[in-house]
Amino acid sequence: MTAAIPSTALVDSDAPAKGRTGRLGRMDQRAGIARARLARPWTSLLAVVLAILWTIPTFGLLLTSFRPRSEIRTSGWWTFLQNPETTLDNYTEVLFGSGTQFSTFFVNSVVITIPAVVIPISLALLAAYAFAWIDFKGRNILFVAVFALQVVPIQVTLIPLLTQYVQWGLSGSFWTIWLSHSIFALPLAIFLLHNFMKDIPKSLVEAARVDGAGHVTIFFRVLLPLLTPAIASFAIFQFLWVWNDLLVALTFAGGSPDVAPLTVRVAELAGTRGAQWHVLSAGAFIAMIVPLVVFLMLQRFFVRGLLAGSVKG
Amino acid sequence: MDWLINAGSTGHKFVLMFVAILLFVVVMGAILLAVDRPKRVPGWVVAAAFLGPTVIGLGFGLVYPGLRTVWGSLLDSKGKDYVGLENYVRVFSEDQFQTVLRNTLMWVILVPLLATLIGLVYAVLVDRTRFEYLAKTLIFLPMAISMVGAGIIWKFVYEFRPDQPGVNQIGILNQLLVWLGLPPQQFLLSEPANTLFLIAVMIWIQTGFAMTVLSAAIKAIPDDIVEAARLDGLHGTKMFRFITVPSIRPALVVVVTTIAMGTLKVFDIVRTMTGGNFGTSVVANEFYVQSFRIRDLGLGAALAVILFVLVIPLVIYNVRQLRIAEEIR
Repeated sequence: MTAAIPSTALVDSDAPAKGRTGRLGRMDQRAGIARARLARPWTSLLAVVLAILWTIPTFGLLLTSFRPRSEIRTSGWWTFLQNPETTLDNYTEVLFGSGTQFSTFFVNSVVITIPAVVIPISLALLAAYAFAWIDFKGRNILFVAVFALQVVPIQVTLIPLLTQYVQWGLSGSFWTIWLSHSIFALPLAIFLLHNFMKDIPKSLVEAARVDGAGHVTIFFRVLLPLLTPAIASFAIFQFLWVWNDLLVALTFAGGSPDVAPLTVRVAELAGTRGAQWHVLSAGAFIAMIVPLVVFLMLQRFFVRGLLAGSVKG
Repeated sequence: MDWLINAGSTGHKFVLMFVAILLFVVVMGAILLAVDRPKRVPGWVVAAAFLGPTVIGLGFGLVYPGLRTVWGSLLDSKGKDYVGLENYVRVFSEDQFQTVLRNTLMWVILVPLLATLIGLVYAVLVDRTRFEYLAKTLIFLPMAISMVGAGIIWKFVYEFRPDQPGVNQIGILNQLLVWLGLPPQQFLLSEPANTLFLIAVMIWIQTGFAMTVLSAAIKAIPDDIVEAARLDGLHGTKMFRFITVPSIRPALVVVVTTIAMGTLKVFDIVRTMTGGNFGTSVVANEFYVQSFRIRDLGLGAALAVILFVLVIPLVIYNVRQLRIAEEIR
């Protein structure tokens, strides 16, 4: 950034000649070019068409979820304005109806997600700290090994893990899901947090050590506060991953209302009651509401976490 | 003991959740407290306390199951007798799996290319415009939705009603056909086009990812390069082709490979929308069907291993490009 300022000032003849203002002037100019480019009707038309195309499917289902059952079955959502009638019946039925009971599954999703976010992050923080700041034999080899484990697709692990859980008498309980999600998250979490740990100046840690602080004190007092943004980013990524996951939950929880999360229930409904759109539309949005709210509120962290974690699998 | 494993009521579930977190905190706390004495505790003990749980977890949950599955792919459907490479031979020779492999190939080629292309074009179109933030949010939104949710949303778009007088279409796509005077279609049932309609859903999800990464890369192109090109008379598509695309090449490669990896493991969309029926199955879905529905453990393991092997080159390439991209930045 700073390096760009002098060169900008040199090339830029019509903007005020010095430093920051020159750069700002340049930005305006480029924005002007972009605006001029976009003013060309077909490019802006293309952008608008794409935006509409991407929004319409979600919007259609959202509107549908508020329409009365009979209306949904006989007319498309685009006729809504001809007969603007809304209702919350679909949501009530899906949440509390005996056949669907989404409230129960919502609780399950929450109960699954919180430990499956807290535990792997804590473990990964400790591990990342050890890899970054504790000297021990074989550190590099172990780090590369952990890093390489990111490659393993979870499909490869499911059957042996399930067998093991059954042997331990844990099958069909929250413990299996917590444990599995925590383990699957570790390689990526350690890798990302280690990258952030490394960037913390060595002098800071050294100074604390001279003052007589042990590793645990340094970890909690010095490093943890500095890492908050990184932790937030990964926490959001992991939260979405667990909340939206289908495969792990399906494998270890089955369809049991005692354990299964929303995604499993929605997928099941799509199979068994695929034509009942009043149930499906409301159900889908109940499953989506939490991630959507998180997304809209914490978009900045969200994007960063997502970009950082995109290799997970 | 049973109280700790099975929870029926809502209150019980939350109590169990707090017990789990508390248990974790207490155990980790005890371990850490024990080693927090500078100088008196040797370094490797401290390292073991920090790393022990992680290493045990990874060994138990990733390394050992992975090896077991590789071995299991060489066993028969019950997981007992050694059959050599027979499961792999079946996957690569039987007709039903030919369809699965062909579909997977289609997914892995089409999704990354189209999602990246659309994402790139969109990023360029909205770059530095007044409504950039809103425009990006709209495209990015599908990334927050689960693939199950996306599957439902699109199933509704594709919904079909028989073409009879008095019956209205409720899926927007078929309504469009009707408005154009064409007969409505069973989009999800007619092979082989139905796979393309599932692929569209994944493109819809992944475009936001491509757009965000590429938009960041475009903004990182130095101003002087753009300016110099502009003074040389480059505009519009030429600017896009000769300046923008070459400048963000590393980011493009990372996006394509990352989406390809995600696509390879796609399972939720296929399962939610067609259940893998009507010739739409892919490797990740077939793995689930063989392992948990048909209970052919050997075949399921072989499919998982194939998935594993297909991912490896993508990951290696991706990590190397990521390094290059970071060095440039």
